[in-house]
Amino acid sequence: MPKQIHLAAHFPGVNNTTVWSDPEAGSHIEFASFVKLAQTAERAKFDFFFLAEGLRLREQGGKIYDLDVVGRPDTFTVLAALAAVTTHLGLAGTINSTFNEPYEVARQFASLDHLSAGRAAWNVVTSWDAFTGENFRRGGFLAEKDRYSRATQFLDTAKELFASWPADAVAASPSEGVFLRDASAGTFAHRDDHFDIAGRFNVPRSPQGRPVILQAGDSDAGREFAAATADAIFSRHGTLAEGQAFYADVKGRLAKYGRERDELLVLPAATFVLGDTEDEAQERARIVRRQQVSGATAIKFLEQLWNRDLSAYDPDGPLPEIDPDVSDDHIARGRASVRMHRDPIAVANEWRARAEAEKLSIRELIIEVTGRQSFIGTPSSVAASVNELVQADASDGFILVPHVTPGGLDEFADRVVPLLQERGVFRTEYAGPTLRDHLGLKAPR
Amino acid sequence: MTHLAVALDGAGWHPAAWRLPSARPSDLFTAAYWADLVREAERGKLDFVTIEDGLGPRSPEGRTDRVEGRLDAVLIAARVAPLTSRIGLVPTATVTHTEPFHISKAIATLDYVSTGRAGWRVQVSARPEEAAHFGRRTLPALDEVGVKELFDEAADYVEVVRRLWDSWEDDAEIRDAATGRFIDRDKLHYIDFDGKYFSVKGPSITPRPPQGQPLVTALAHADIPYAFAAGSADLVHVTPADADDAKRIVAKVDSLPHVFADLVVFLEDTEQAARDAKARLDELDGSAYTSDSVIFTGTPAQLADLLLSWEQAGITGFRLRPGRLPADLEAITRGLVPELQARGAFRRDYEATTLRGLLGLPRPANRYRQEAPVA
Repeated sequence: MPKQIHLAAHFPGVNNTTVWSDPEAGSHIEFASFVKLAQTAERAKFDFFFLAEGLRLREQGGKIYDLDVVGRPDTFTVLAALAAVTTHLGLAGTINSTFNEPYEVARQFASLDHLSAGRAAWNVVTSWDAFTGENFRRGGFLAEKDRYSRATQFLDTAKELFASWPADAVAASPSEGVFLRDASAGTFAHRDDHFDIAGRFNVPRSPQGRPVILQAGDSDAGREFAAATADAIFSRHGTLAEGQAFYADVKGRLAKYGRERDELLVLPAATFVLGDTEDEAQERARIVRRQQVSGATAIKFLEQLWNRDLSAYDPDGPLPEIDPDVSDDHIARGRASVRMHRDPIAVANEWRARAEAEKLSIRELIIEVTGRQSFIGTPSSVAASVNELVQADASDGFILVPHVTPGGLDEFADRVVPLLQERGVFRTEYAGPTLRDHLGLKAPR
Repeated sequence: MTHLAVALDGAGWHPAAWRLPSARPSDLFTAAYWADLVREAERGKLDFVTIEDGLGPRSPEGRTDRVEGRLDAVLIAARVAPLTSRIGLVPTATVTHTEPFHISKAIATLDYVSTGRAGWRVQVSARPEEAAHFGRRTLPALDEVGVKELFDEAADYVEVVRRLWDSWEDDAEIRDAATGRFIDRDKLHYIDFDGKYFSVKGPSITPRPPQGQPLVTALAHADIPYAFAAGSADLVHVTPADADDAKRIVAKVDSLPHVFADLVVFLEDTEQAARDAKARLDELDGSAYTSDSVIFTGTPAQLADLLLSWEQAGITGFRLRPGRLPADLEAITRGLVPELQARGAFRRDYEATTLRGLLGLPRPANRYRQEAPVA
């Protein structure tokens, strides 16, 4: 049997990949939009639904960033509600280990796992910035260097809590008059650099034992964290060569933790544009890119590298001759991408050279250097590409990011999934009730 | 017209209720159990259900003959929201160890997934074992000063939650193709709360919920919590001993539009049967069940008489705590409710689509809204 593909549906995010100006674009906050996308994913037998999270609205130049979708629901609450309108689909939420506490998060995930009968997943992310911290009681309390140690200890603590009830602790036997078989069920004590807590966890062991753990960090520390603790890794390396290198790297780290290669799935994020012909798909992709990168958005992207107010520049004109400001105080806040440019002047020079050689305006350049779609083509060529990447060990599947809410997954579900099923590389029915079943993961140790 | 709510908790409020043949002790941690209960309450046209919660074990002493464990109440409410359409959903959430930013968006999201039926019962935790689950603070001594401090903190917390709900104006999302702007950022507001216990910047990441301000409730038994409820909540749950006591309590919280009395109820066809039912449970548990509220044992008609007499004292509604689930819930929806309807004292059908609407409360104006200057 060929290697099986895993697919997840990412609710369109609060960034410029999401095209809110499309005539088909619906609400990003009404529950009906979440229901529609989740039910489409379940109809297509996807492994899980995925929600990202950001705990402070993004700002640029000291003002709330207004060009992209803004606003999102509370992760746990919307996932619990989605459990009522789906039956098999996994429900994955991104929850921060810096601005939460293990006891509360563990009981929320254990509750979600009970209420969804075994479909919960936790994408563990870390942040440290004082900017986000301003929304929380503790403020920006964590040093950047400590964020993975807190995340590791947070997750270790949560795992202790998930395991603190023996599987058979609840007897609920009226005839014996025994509700609890074990009076000490839930007892825990945990002390490390970040946590000093003890007592009794108050949610019985959940159907999956604990939620499926996802991890999204790409740094060396992030990869090590994933290899040590995660069930799946949400990566950004979707091309063949990059994907294979990343795949080999993280799978290679598993052995030292006594883990098998199939105990950690690699699931890159991917976008797609379909067409009846290759030409039509390319043309649609070009239109989508122009929707994603308006003139105003292009200037804002350029400002993130330049770290300067560039509002006076014409997006249809040439790149600025002035160099980026390399001081620390960064113009854009609340974005994962802000620290991507380690050497802004070198990148700026590269962009200017490319714009000159290819005769590109600011907007055209930004369209080229940011977020080209992962899969562009006919349903059959996209199905072939998806399968090829998985069979070549560039990934174990993909977390698909539609660019239109909530109908953006329909075409993939209707036209690409059946072709993957025909090839025998994607399920036609769910094999079991839990997300762990869909992902082929063993019960947690 | 009276208002009715039920307080859902485990297998009912009597600690031995789970042992009855009508109970479903094996289902307490399943979605189906909670969905069935809330749908039953909705069939009875009740205003809302509350769902109890806590950040620690129910019985710290470790008894094995009582229900232990509970699911997160906000998530239970969210799980049943799509399966119901009119009844209000009021989960309990603790303020003492949690983040106002998280609770604000959780209740706002409950309001979205229920299209305007969310509430929140604010709970202060003074239990040292719950504090030890967080390891972040030592609770004050529970003298008057310490209690005041916990409730002052709760008041700040509710203020932050309420400001965050208002931090987006209703028409902040503009999707203006001409300028490429998704929102009008002038209609998003930093809340800039800076108090004695914490500071929160805002705005929320979640737009203003459908009700504008979801219903905030609190249970109160003494002057400090009465003052907290009067200043922070829309509805207070109180535990009068009788009609005179109700009158006395109502005077302390008369700034609130709603004062709901709590009663534990055991309902049977005869008064004797109800008393026997409770006595049998007391025997199973090995002790007589007591409560902070009145424990009513009797028939639905007798309960109707009592409720209507308390209404004369200024009580606007009741939160009934079923001694046994689902039995006493069904006795409420199928016995008490028809009794009250026959007396013209309770709705025959839902007259509003939001929880605030059911309680006759308007959708509040946004505190940050700047009226356009008059030309």
